Amino acid sequence: MPVATPADHVWNRRQTNRNERLARAGSVLGNSLEGKLLPSARIADLLYAVIESGDRVCLEGNNQKQADFLSKALAGLDPARVHDLHMLFSVLALPEHLDVFEKGIASKLDFSFSGPQAGRLAKLASAGKLNIGAIHTYLELFGRYFVDLTPRVALVAAQAADRHGNLYTGPNTEDTPAIAEATAFSSGIVIAQVNEIVDVLPRIDIPADWVSFVTKAPTPHYIEPLFTRDPAQISEIQVLMAMMAIKGIYAEYGVQRLNHGIGFDTAAIELILPTYAESLGLRGKICKHWALNPHPALIPAIEAGFVESVHSFGSELGMEDYIRARPDVFFVGPDGSMRSNRAFSQTAGHYACDMFIGSTLQIDLQGNSSTATLGRIAGFGGAPNMGADARGRRHASPAWLKAGQQARAGKNAIPRGQKLVVQTVETFREHMQPAFVDKLDAWQLAEQANMPIPPVMIYGDDVTHILTEEGIANLLLCRTEEEREQAIRGVAGYTPVGLARDKRMVENLRDRGIIRRAEDMGIDKRLATRDLLAAKNMKDLVRASGGLYNPPKRFRNW
Amino acid sequence: METLNYRFENGTRKLSAKAELVGVVSSGNLEVLIEPADLQGGCAVEIKTAARGFGAIWEAVIGDFNKRWQLADTRISINDMGATPAVVSLRLDQAVEAMVEEK
Repeated sequence: MPVATPADHVWNRRQTNRNERLARAGSVLGNSLEGKLLPSARIADLLYAVIESGDRVCLEGNNQKQADFLSKALAGLDPARVHDLHMLFSVLALPEHLDVFEKGIASKLDFSFSGPQAGRLAKLASAGKLNIGAIHTYLELFGRYFVDLTPRVALVAAQAADRHGNLYTGPNTEDTPAIAEATAFSSGIVIAQVNEIVDVLPRIDIPADWVSFVTKAPTPHYIEPLFTRDPAQISEIQVLMAMMAIKGIYAEYGVQRLNHGIGFDTAAIELILPTYAESLGLRGKICKHWALNPHPALIPAIEAGFVESVHSFGSELGMEDYIRARPDVFFVGPDGSMRSNRAFSQTAGHYACDMFIGSTLQIDLQGNSSTATLGRIAGFGGAPNMGADARGRRHASPAWLKAGQQARAGKNAIPRGQKLVVQTVETFREHMQPAFVDKLDAWQLAEQANMPIPPVMIYGDDVTHILTEEGIANLLLCRTEEEREQAIRGVAGYTPVGLARDKRMVENLRDRGIIRRAEDMGIDKRLATRDLLAAKNMKDLVRASGGLYNPPKRFRNW
Repeated sequence: METLNYRFENGTRKLSAKAELVGVVSSGNLEVLIEPADLQGGCAVEIKTAARGFGAIWEAVIGDFNKRWQLADTRISINDMGATPAVVSLRLDQAVEAMVEEK
């Protein structure tokens, strides 16, 4: 006989607990509260009232907008009153995000990306100041918000609120809907910092009944221009590699739907679409649909008619007016400003794109790649979702089918496609650090930080192509482990891994088209100069946008 | 500063009479001068590099370059400020391709 739940079992503990928290806030703040609106000076009182020690607290750290006022307020609490918080971050970007661990307010961490704080995070982890649950991909972390990492309290950021507590996130909607939904619908508390309180919002991104409290921050929230790359910094090697990418991969597979990683390698590709790809007659044949932040480097390709649509994870500072003027290309609300959404764009990048191309810091002989290097726990953000074959995908496209055919030729396997996952790296990074290694630093990092698995960004069995200045290795065509290893060595240049190649085998792979050099693709290296870039500096990008792009001050030198 | 010298014999390809100077002497970059010279069919390469201890890599880079082009009666002078092998190979190839074209 099944054991029945006792008749006196309580089924609404979380609701009751939320009501207790709200009651505490009401009694402490009294007349300071105007409905859900709270003066910023009382923020500490609110946090003491609604946060309990041991809570899971999701603090909105994004790629772009940051709940910086709320994170400072949290870091300013007394650890004697609030401690052992379990912090959840998409992006651990600000010093205050780590101050809560240093001060003993929080002790456990689950996150996705920590680029700017990677060094300090590694130090705090090895000093025992925090306990890392796991480094997630974005979708994985959002997924866990609805399963076993549901936040008790969420601290989020928005552009504006109205007097009811409805929120307008502005173009950087990013993670707010996912965080707010998981918290609000599990009897949690959602607190929003906003830049302004207005009577009528341009549009409502988060409805008021998901929001518990709103405060106008003393200063507007910080926004990081993370995806802006000054074309002046692009090297000729990056132009050469971009030419190989377009001719050897984009054209070869007819890639229409894609995601680009962040970095100068992919910015170079975006900037030679209107010149080099145009000269190859590829307009309308490649790069039509994107899951991509509004990269300023994409402006010339949009203006040249390459791009039909772009859905974005977040926005990019300075691109607001340009986006507003190109509503056929970007996703905009009835108010004209962009609506981004990291969860949906990640889903698009995973399931609806045929290719991911991005850079990395280290690649091993199996093609595993990682940006985790010694002394830095950087996380991976979205790359693992984009840079992984979508095993749940069921719709076909020419690029996906061709990749699948290459991988399955000669095998007794049911027809199925495969996502193109391209890692693009120069064989040596700065200070002559080889990008190709026998063993990833990730192994040592895992040992030091007591992780159950080495932090790998993209697994070798998902990587289909490796592109370096020496050429392209097509791993789909490799038939044995040995061929695969030699194909990787064969594009690893003069690194120790590259120098240790079996020259005869590499020449054989080249004869079979598994390795292709620039000359094998009919690429004239003399064209690999900065003259090929459709914009050579920030001012060119502004010009290409018809004056609509307004770069942040630090990128202006005129 | 380190100076490295390499010499290859039995080249098959002679270049145009005009010398070619490419690149710039700045950090992470290099300057390459390629000029015809009577070297009994040989090709001489002199490298002055700011970065010490990369002799083995230079030897491999220059050796591969020689295999690609098989130059005869050519003198190549390189002034290096810590360029990566990728930049070295691209500069050399761009310069030679321009000279082959002009011929």
